[in-house]
Amino acid sequence: MSDFNSKEYKKTSQGYQPKPAYFINALKAFIVGGLICVLGELISEMYIHWFGFKEKNAGDPTVATLILLSALATGFGVYDRLGQFAGAGSAVPVTGFANSITSAALEHKSEGLVLGVATNLFKLAGSVIVFGVVAAYVLGVIRFTWQALF
Amino acid sequence: MTKTGKQTWSFNKSVYIQSTGTAVGPLEGQGPLKDTFDKVYNELHCNEDNWELAERRLMLDAVYQCLQKAGVDKSNIDLFLAGDLLNQNVTGNYVARQLGIPLIGMFGACSTSMETLATGAALIESGYAKQAIAAVSSHNATAERQFRYPTEYGGQKPNTATYTVTGSGAALLSSNPSPVKVEAATIGKVVDYGITDAFDMGSAMAPAARDTIKTHLEDMGRVPTDYDLIVTGDLSSVGTPILKDMLKDDGYHIAEVHKDCGLLIYHSEQPVFSGGSGCACSAVVTYGKLINGIKDGTYKRILVVATGALMSPTMIQQKESIPGIAHAVVLAKGEESE
Repeated sequence: MSDFNSKEYKKTSQGYQPKPAYFINALKAFIVGGLICVLGELISEMYIHWFGFKEKNAGDPTVATLILLSALATGFGVYDRLGQFAGAGSAVPVTGFANSITSAALEHKSEGLVLGVATNLFKLAGSVIVFGVVAAYVLGVIRFTWQALF
Repeated sequence: MTKTGKQTWSFNKSVYIQSTGTAVGPLEGQGPLKDTFDKVYNELHCNEDNWELAERRLMLDAVYQCLQKAGVDKSNIDLFLAGDLLNQNVTGNYVARQLGIPLIGMFGACSTSMETLATGAALIESGYAKQAIAAVSSHNATAERQFRYPTEYGGQKPNTATYTVTGSGAALLSSNPSPVKVEAATIGKVVDYGITDAFDMGSAMAPAARDTIKTHLEDMGRVPTDYDLIVTGDLSSVGTPILKDMLKDDGYHIAEVHKDCGLLIYHSEQPVFSGGSGCACSAVVTYGKLINGIKDGTYKRILVVATGALMSPTMIQQKESIPGIAHAVVLAKGEESE
């Protein structure tokens, strides 16, 4: 019998919580994340074969198309369900980034275009951009120094 | 009115619930209690333009249902005690603006349902009001956006999370005899055992529920079986077994008579994680199914323990833990029964 005191409680209460299904969750994330990438490949191939893009520059319209699809799926209320099922599988690809922006825009529509949508657009995605830019800068400096030295 | 024991108010002169009103959203309307609600909306916007308006619509509906059933005009109501989960209690404030009844706005997170009922009963008993309405509301989408993420954001939630009930419940209190009597109330202390996970409010609130139930039973000199039902607000499938085991340690066996509103309101196969939560969770269950149960004789006396997680996203980000609170109200069969 566990005894409940405020010091031990955090540990005691864990025994009552349903265990996260790590393996199944990872499998779902792997499959859904993989399928989103397969979709990206298909779109990329489509731009190469039908629209005359080179493999090197087909990435740009592909990302744009994925973002559009994700934004639409968010608007139709599908992406949050996919997110609950797939976890990181749908959060990590660019579609997850698009979802975080679109969902914030939808949420704050009621407060107007400027103070609502525009102000809150990067509420969730802002941290990704900040750390993305900072990481790119740091890596850039390292690479530049490396090349200058050797 | 007398203070009994440490934290309990006994209403000697008798305070009664004249009528109740409830309004809920779609998921609650598909749940096992669907026939006990006065009004069910089959979409989350409740025919309004935004989520906040939808929540206000629900509270207005609950109040009007309540007035209509009692056959009382709003001009005869002396006090409106209202609360919700939103910043500045906006739902209660704006509904009160429309009703024109003097307002006492209250906040106790999801415990506000019994906080307003207990305070209303005390004011009736002491003669400061002849008729008062206690009302609370919560809305899944307004709560999600205030406490968590945008509604359409695809973040994954763990199974310990709860689902905020969309709905509102209102009760009209007065001293005119009716089938449902408010017998006593126990005002809870804030209890914090250090849970920091905002997706596990059941664990955060269980110690507060234990404290209030234990104090109530001690104050009243009662045992759990003096009640046909001890019902907690929204401990969910995580907090419920914790509460039972905690009280077992204290020598109180509540398992036979205990139920949780968060587990009563939805079918287990509905997508609600570990159960329902929110002010409306305990309110719509109590002001619907449980009041009906007292009226038809299923229950003689029940203890409603509304549990609240006093959670603030800012405090969580500052690495604070989540304080819990629970307020209990005893509802019993009144003198005049059909």
